[in-house]
Amino acid sequence: MTDYEAVIGIETHVELMTDSKMFCGCPVKFGEPPNTTTCPVCLGLPGALPVPNSEAIEGILQIGTALGCQVADTSFFHRKNYFYPDLPKNYQISQYDVPICHDGEIQVEVDGEDTKIGITRVHMEEDTGKSIHVGGGGRIHDAEYSLLDFNRSGVPLVEIVTEPDIRSAEQARAYGAELQRIVRTLGVSDARLEEGSMRFDANVSIRPAGAAELGTRAEVKNVNSLRSLQRAVAFEIHRQIELVESGGVVVQETRHWNEDSGKTTSMRSKEESEDYRYFQEPDLVPIEVSAAWRDAVREALPELPAARRARYQGLGVDARVAAVLVGSEDAIGDLFEGAMNAGGDGRLIGNWLSGEAVAWSRAEEVAIGDTPLVPAHLVELAEMVGDSTLSASAAKQVLAGVLAGEGTPGEVAESRDLIQISDSSVIEAEVDAVLAGHADAVASIQAGDNKPFGFLVGQVMRATGGKADPKQVSDLIRAKTGG
Amino acid sequence: MSDPADLTIAAAGAKLRSGELSSVDLTEAVLERARMSESHLHAYLTLDQTGAREKATAADAALAAGDDRGPLHGIPIALKDNMCTKGIETTASSQILAGWIPPYDATVVSRLQAAGSVLVGKTNLDEFAMGSSTENSAYGATRNPWNTDTVPGGSSGGSAAAVATGSALAALGSDTGGSIRQPAALCGVVGVKPTYGLVSRYGLIAFASSLDQIGPFTRSVEDSAVLLEAIAGHDIHDATSIRGEIPNFRGSLHHGVAGLKIGVIKELSGPEIDPEVRTSVSKMHDALADAGAEVTEVSLPSCEYGLSAYYLIAPAECSANLARFDGVRFGLRSEGATTEEMMAATRAEGFGPEVIRRILLGTYALSAGYYDAFYGQAQRVRTLIRQQFAAAYEGVDVLVAPTSPTTAFEIGAKTDDPIAMYYADVCTIPINLTGDPGASIPIGLDSADLPIGYQVMAPSLGEERMFQVAQAVEDIANFTARAPLATSEVVSP
Ligand SMILES: [Zn+2]
Repeated sequence: MTDYEAVIGIETHVELMTDSKMFCGCPVKFGEPPNTTTCPVCLGLPGALPVPNSEAIEGILQIGTALGCQVADTSFFHRKNYFYPDLPKNYQISQYDVPICHDGEIQVEVDGEDTKIGITRVHMEEDTGKSIHVGGGGRIHDAEYSLLDFNRSGVPLVEIVTEPDIRSAEQARAYGAELQRIVRTLGVSDARLEEGSMRFDANVSIRPAGAAELGTRAEVKNVNSLRSLQRAVAFEIHRQIELVESGGVVVQETRHWNEDSGKTTSMRSKEESEDYRYFQEPDLVPIEVSAAWRDAVREALPELPAARRARYQGLGVDARVAAVLVGSEDAIGDLFEGAMNAGGDGRLIGNWLSGEAVAWSRAEEVAIGDTPLVPAHLVELAEMVGDSTLSASAAKQVLAGVLAGEGTPGEVAESRDLIQISDSSVIEAEVDAVLAGHADAVASIQAGDNKPFGFLVGQVMRATGGKADPKQVSDLIRAKTGG
Repeated sequence: MSDPADLTIAAAGAKLRSGELSSVDLTEAVLERARMSESHLHAYLTLDQTGAREKATAADAALAAGDDRGPLHGIPIALKDNMCTKGIETTASSQILAGWIPPYDATVVSRLQAAGSVLVGKTNLDEFAMGSSTENSAYGATRNPWNTDTVPGGSSGGSAAAVATGSALAALGSDTGGSIRQPAALCGVVGVKPTYGLVSRYGLIAFASSLDQIGPFTRSVEDSAVLLEAIAGHDIHDATSIRGEIPNFRGSLHHGVAGLKIGVIKELSGPEIDPEVRTSVSKMHDALADAGAEVTEVSLPSCEYGLSAYYLIAPAECSANLARFDGVRFGLRSEGATTEEMMAATRAEGFGPEVIRRILLGTYALSAGYYDAFYGQAQRVRTLIRQQFAAAYEGVDVLVAPTSPTTAFEIGAKTDDPIAMYYADVCTIPINLTGDPGASIPIGLDSADLPIGYQVMAPSLGEERMFQVAQAVEDIANFTARAPLATSEVVSP
């Protein structure tokens, strides 16, 4: 049987959260009543003309720069011609042969392996309106009637296209997640997949491992979460391999991902490829980006996720933990940043947040951002471990108590009775009692068999209700048994 | 006293301020002229008598109160019906927009209103401004007030005919390939196409975006300068509109042509021009030389390809510009079993044959596999023409040529031969491709008593110089003849 290699490229659309739309003054707002944030321009009325929004150009420059792209001094808008009822002018103002940004990359990590995903281009366009097809199968062809909402029409849209550098469904997801983090870090979009402000289309093909030429690709649409991106790509790779193995041929087509069935189905064949008759938009002048503008955008970029992860690793946080801290929930990262600014222990606090806090949040189904936990709590908790007020395991219990709203770490440690016994004579008495009760174990150790040592430490810990310092207990047992 | 409908803007303005005439009197005279002539001409698609009377009354009140908005205050002006007027039906002479009432005003409309002018109505045009005779109107052709068996030119034929007749003191038209200058020539009035970008296109229903430009029709060069001053200037709603101060176009109007260098375009002086037109135009060249200008012949060989390039670029742009007329959001909607069938049926029913021809032509020219040979090549020709005109202007101040190769032709003469019709624009198209300004000034009548137009062209933003020469041409020609329909003797049938 042949070994296959998947070749995947991803096109991502990101809606920018500018004050106004791409080519008119209408506000960019979601959830408004249908067709209330519209004007002659975004309704494509006769005589209306587009005027570009410089805030949107600034937004795309930020994205392109964050992806390490080259910025074109002069780029152009083109008209992409196709008829569809939610496209008011029946052409979309987009970019064609000269995009505003090109040739960048994103580095993603899957199972400890880093891969560079090339970014072919980042270009600016306008969003379409929204169709709601009523009746039939919910598609335009068999609908009883269709409703149109042009509130979204003309919202600035950035398209980010990768090179076919992605080789697995896991990498596809990692790419999507990292791009989402970058866009959110820039603050240019809320990048919500479920609301459509970030949308992925994946081009998937397979070829025999090691082959140089690309296989025929299918374009997978309707991917509404990172998880479904991974699932859809995995399904599509599997489908294509099975098809080829059973003597079939992959056709170039658009396929629709169905979240419920977990399958992709054919939407339309691209054998007769659509001719969009691109030509330069005569209603607009070229986009000129000066060197000064370019430099200003570069200098104003915030710390990007990759740099932030590296900085955390510099604070003693391991790579896996750093990835979680810079992950999708902002609250975790903010708590960590706050605790670091207050001088907390990076390794300890990072582990708590990425481990216990995340686990607690999942189990309790409460977002960490919705708990009373503040950075000062984490710093206090780390200090309590540092000065042996709490054992490591007790600290985790205290954290759970703080998350549950039981109070500050000091209060929780007190109320849950978790503070370590600091009086060494008390511990020594407990050690003596345990040793006296297990003379055979002591004898074994003295005879050179160290196996029961851990058992004895455990017995003392148990007797002290976990509040003894295990190291102190070990030291005492060793001294008294010669183990 | 002569009929107020025959006054120039300048003369009417003086009478309005001296109290000799009111805007209401002036407007009533113009409406009366329209009442007499419209059944012969069909210059208007919409005559807004009520609105005009209200605006005239308001203009008189404002003037009495000392609120003088300038030279257009109280002046009745008509608009080509491809400019959006809030609350007034705007169809671009197409069935597809029958009954469409725009929810907004074009920038030129707002500016004319701010200048205190009185909107008389919306004038007829070739559907979506595609044509050279105003015969391609879904609502019937406009006729030439000099001879109602002939066309007024196009596509702004309604505006030209209205101004020639006196059913407006002035009008706005749009010029994509000669649609202001050619009907101005055929109707014996002054018409100006300004530099591309000087006048906002916001609210002008687009034909070919990179070529369309709004400009004035008037009965004198001075009036055109006045009207252009009112509508020109940067507009935040048009990304292609030019920034910067608008000069006073009347400043050098009467400076004469002594010492100016005038280039006669060789390629527009040959046998392709009607002999009577050629003779008349040639006499004007000589007269300008007599007035002290240095008149030389200039060769612009690329002019020959202008028509071909234009008839690829303009249809290509229009194929996209007119895509929005699909029955979904406004205008005509025909029945269809599916959305696509509804769109196709709407367009097939709503557009006239010339519009369909150009959409098909443009779609073809932009198609994969043909783009380079057609649209791409046309753009290269356009660049070449621009370069040749720019080079010519290094040696001369203005270029001159006939406006139209012929005087007004008979109705129906060219409707079955699109190429012959396209040829009517041969003299005007080059400067749509370059974006430079040009004016047509009436200089005489041919043996059939039909007007002949003389075209003065200037480099980009060279309007002051263009008006200066145009004024000299007007002074020399002393064209005082009036169209037969522009007299009070005409009795309505
Ligand atoms: Zn809008």
